[in-house]
Amino acid sequence: MAGKLNNAVICLEDIHKVYDLGEVKVPALQGINLEIGPREFVAIMGASGSGKSTLMNLIGCLDRPTSGRYFLENIDVSQLDSRDRARIRNRKIGFVFQQFNLLARTTALENVELPTIYAGLARQERHSRAHATLKLVGLEAREDHFPSQLSGGQQQRVAIARALINQPSILLADEPTGNLDSHTSVEIMELLTQLNHEQGLLVILVTHEADIAAYAQRLVLLRDGLILRDVHVRDRQEAYEVVKDLHALPTESVS
Amino acid sequence: MEYGVTLRVAARALARNKMRSALTMLGIVIGVCAVIAMVSVGQGAERQVQQQIESFGTNVVYISAGSPSRGIGGMRFGSWAVKTLTIEDMEAILKEVPLIREAAPGVMESAQVVFGNQNWFTRVMGTTPNYLSMRNWAVAAGSMFTEDDIHAAANVCVLGKTVADLLFGEQNPVGQTIRIKSLPFRVAGVLTPKGQSAMGDDQDDRIFAPYSTVQKKLKGQDWLQFISASAISREASVAAVPQIESLLRERHRIRLGEDNDFQVRTQSEVADLAQATGRIMTLLLGSIASISLLVGGIGIMNIMLVSVTERTREIGIRMAVGATEDDIQRQFLVEAVTLSLFGGVIGIALGVVFSVLISNFLQWPTLVSPAAVGMAATFSAAVGIFFGYYPARKAARLDPIEALRYE
Repeated sequence: MAGKLNNAVICLEDIHKVYDLGEVKVPALQGINLEIGPREFVAIMGASGSGKSTLMNLIGCLDRPTSGRYFLENIDVSQLDSRDRARIRNRKIGFVFQQFNLLARTTALENVELPTIYAGLARQERHSRAHATLKLVGLEAREDHFPSQLSGGQQQRVAIARALINQPSILLADEPTGNLDSHTSVEIMELLTQLNHEQGLLVILVTHEADIAAYAQRLVLLRDGLILRDVHVRDRQEAYEVVKDLHALPTESVS
Repeated sequence: MEYGVTLRVAARALARNKMRSALTMLGIVIGVCAVIAMVSVGQGAERQVQQQIESFGTNVVYISAGSPSRGIGGMRFGSWAVKTLTIEDMEAILKEVPLIREAAPGVMESAQVVFGNQNWFTRVMGTTPNYLSMRNWAVAAGSMFTEDDIHAAANVCVLGKTVADLLFGEQNPVGQTIRIKSLPFRVAGVLTPKGQSAMGDDQDDRIFAPYSTVQKKLKGQDWLQFISASAISREASVAAVPQIESLLRERHRIRLGEDNDFQVRTQSEVADLAQATGRIMTLLLGSIASISLLVGGIGIMNIMLVSVTERTREIGIRMAVGATEDDIQRQFLVEAVTLSLFGGVIGIALGVVFSVLISNFLQWPTLVSPAAVGMAATFSAAVGIFFGYYPARKAARLDPIEALRYE
């Protein structure tokens, strides 16, 4: 286990990702160095094409970097095969998507249970955990509802419960409020903030909305596959100002 | 992922599209049903032929005049043209081949028979009274002609059931006189029905008369067409063949290197041949029916491919939360096998029903053997695995990022 022993949960070293489209090679990430510690609340920002989705897929172990190393809890996961990456996703990473991505015609409880099936938990254990996790997001009364019977905010809560059920090290939220109205967005962001504060959950948020990014304590701005800014903020007021600054930066390519 | 969970997930996925699952299954149902029904027809026929041959006796040795190996140069064409087989040959066989217990001669003539205003064209077989006992054939009314009738070349006969029915209808034929080739014959008895032979002809459409009478009065010849003998056992019947052959060659003065002017066959040979023929027929019927099973399998593959495409996003979600390629592959494979196995079970049940219907309405003998059922079940599961593998592999190979983006 080639590990750098420090207390960072995520440690990215000179990560490159190149998409080989046959005739052309498209560089998406061109040398990312990033360390994220426990209990952090990070927002990754950037315009479309900045590489933030690619970065998220790499952090989420859905994909492998072309070069560079990725240590997740001091374990090099950058060159794991698909089976081991599936295991990492199952146990260490919780995903929350813009589209909620719940299984249709499957109850809220069963949706939340899904990751525990692949973790190989016994039925009893799966059930009680799903109960408890749904309660944590305030949906204990909707266990038997299908996604089609739930509001957008409720669906996203189910998705968050699903992301949390295997007690992951990281919660990866990709535009979690992109499909929600502003009122519900606030509710969801408050839930994430609460999980970060009370459970000490490491939350990584990918977003392009300033209002949403302002909930984070650390703002990372990507452009053209590189980290342009990486700022720690004390509170939301400061976050707003930083985000505003970031938006004011020249948008044309620096390279 | 435990198998119980995999099964439940598969069952639910199939239940979600009930109509589609049912139609896909129907392909397998029809295929398995066809295989079961066809094989049952084949095996039924096989068994019937076997039973008939066995009812004839597996220890029977059949010696016929003429030989197919004697070509045109020898001018020998068949039992009707060869004049060398005689009743003395039969007596010699009985005396000198101890493996042979009993024998009866056979001389055939086709003739128009008349009673009153009824007439019928049938075959008259000249033989000895023990022919009936050798074949376990009983007299239903009256009696068989006797040895004395043979010595006297008397004009007596015994009627098969079909002939008796056609000529006499409701009347009692015993004691009546019929005309065979315009010669009067007294009817001594009527036989019990024997049914169709293994070759499919009506064994009851026949008249038996003393061989001497048929030779002298109907045919004007002094030779036989065949001798039907029975050995002391099935094995003895085979062992007796070379002994009979050398005896007859000697008696017929056939020189070394010359072909026989007779043919010796055993019933066990015929039984083996019939069995082989029946097996080929069963195999043929089964393989034709298997084609529909194959088509059913392609149906499964088709639907599974559609299902994989439709559920791309679901696959992406499952992968994102930790399903491995193996988990996904197993899930789709289990779905395909569930479809084909259920279809197989229904198909087997329907196939059994059909084979009963066939035997009831078409009067064909059918036989549903456990081996055929077992094979159909195995085969249908194999179809599920074979045709489910490619779609399942395709599902497992999806890129989770692409799959999550799929609309």
